[in-house]
Amino acid sequence: MNNEQAKIISELSGTNAKQCMKCGKCSGRCPMFDSMDIKPHQFVSLIAKGQTDKLLESKSIWYCLSCMACVERCPRGVAPAAVIEAVRESVIRVQGQNQLKAEEVPQFVDPEFPQQILVSAFRKYNR
Amino acid sequence: MKFSYYPGCTLKTQGKDLDIYARKSAEALGIDMEEIENWQCCGAVYPQAKDEIARKLSAVRALDSAKKQDGKLLTLCSACYNVIKRVNNDMKNDENINLKANNYLKATGYLAEGDEYNGETEVIHYLEMLRDTVGWANLKAKVVNPLKGVKIGAYYGCLLLRPSSVLQFDNPENPTILEDFIKAIGATPVVYAMRNECCGAYVSLKDKEVVKKTANRIVNNAKANGADMLITACPACWYNLNHNSDGSLPVKYLTELLAQALGLI
Ligand code: SF4
Ligand code: SF4
Repeated sequence: MNNEQAKIISELSGTNAKQCMKCGKCSGRCPMFDSMDIKPHQFVSLIAKGQTDKLLESKSIWYCLSCMACVERCPRGVAPAAVIEAVRESVIRVQGQNQLKAEEVPQFVDPEFPQQILVSAFRKYNR
Repeated sequence: MKFSYYPGCTLKTQGKDLDIYARKSAEALGIDMEEIENWQCCGAVYPQAKDEIARKLSAVRALDSAKKQDGKLLTLCSACYNVIKRVNNDMKNDENINLKANNYLKATGYLAEGDEYNGETEVIHYLEMLRDTVGWANLKAKVVNPLKGVKIGAYYGCLLLRPSSVLQFDNPENPTILEDFIKAIGATPVVYAMRNECCGAYVSLKDKEVVKKTANRIVNNAKANGADMLITACPACWYNLNHNSDGSLPVKYLTELLAQALGLI
């Protein structure tokens, strides 16, 4: 339990996880479900319970596309994407946690890559 | 009719075709797209964290610049549309973000003392301009080269539609604007379930294998419903669906087909 951290993440997300009724619709609609070790509905329930340790270790934060499908489908007005984003921010705001180094980018980039993908990847992986 | 226009970074580089054909077509339709001066990249993803201000400022500057022209900001890239419209919503409805962004823009001399930006500008997507300013019937009348018999799958992806509470672009589960566009240029729309699913976006930088799955799922679903090609307004979707799928279905920018139908190519 780390209630202080949970409170910070919760505030950063701007969504009320306690409204969740555990229907699972958000995860059912998520295109990255298979790549997530912790699923979108579990982000919501763990934050509501004040448990952040597992979330901060989760690989899911590098897979969420911010596509908002989960938000659109939630019958309770919860934004699971915002919880995932707040966890991701909490991780990369710690010094040394940037996931993408400029010098390793060329190895991934193909000449046809649109700037939009590069810019968004830097925003998602780095502070 | 004149619109201030925000092209965004990708439309000046890898996504040039999206931009060039948009301008050519607009000219033929009597629409004047005037690029705003000194625009900066919107950041490509909307910063969701509640304390984000700095990363929203380029969008606020673009919005304020359009406010000082004609009050309308035309966008084309799905990501720019999504980011700028959501930031505009913050400037209208989030007191904290509004106050801090305005203070910052005043402190840096961008806004004069007494001047404020409060979400006044209307953010308009190119498709909305076609529908509301040109009109489908008028567009249809200007088509000289109808794309008869071509079965086109509209690919919306995520950025044009969601969150629908803010974007109010179209019905997020059953959108129709791209299908109406396809009909107007004389082609046949193919409706398929995955048209509003995300393509895999930035994940293709680090994990291509995962994006191959999302891209192929979309392409296969469109093919199974009879599509000959897909159209999109998003450079990331264009890339992922062309380069991370099996390549069996051509994916084009909607403006290229528009220019073709108008006889400009
Ligand atoms: S925003 Fe993230 S968690 Fe929500 S559906 Fe999209 S990929 Fe899944
Ligand atoms: S869709 Fe909403 S209510 Fe249902 S599990 Fe997800 S967050 Fe909870």
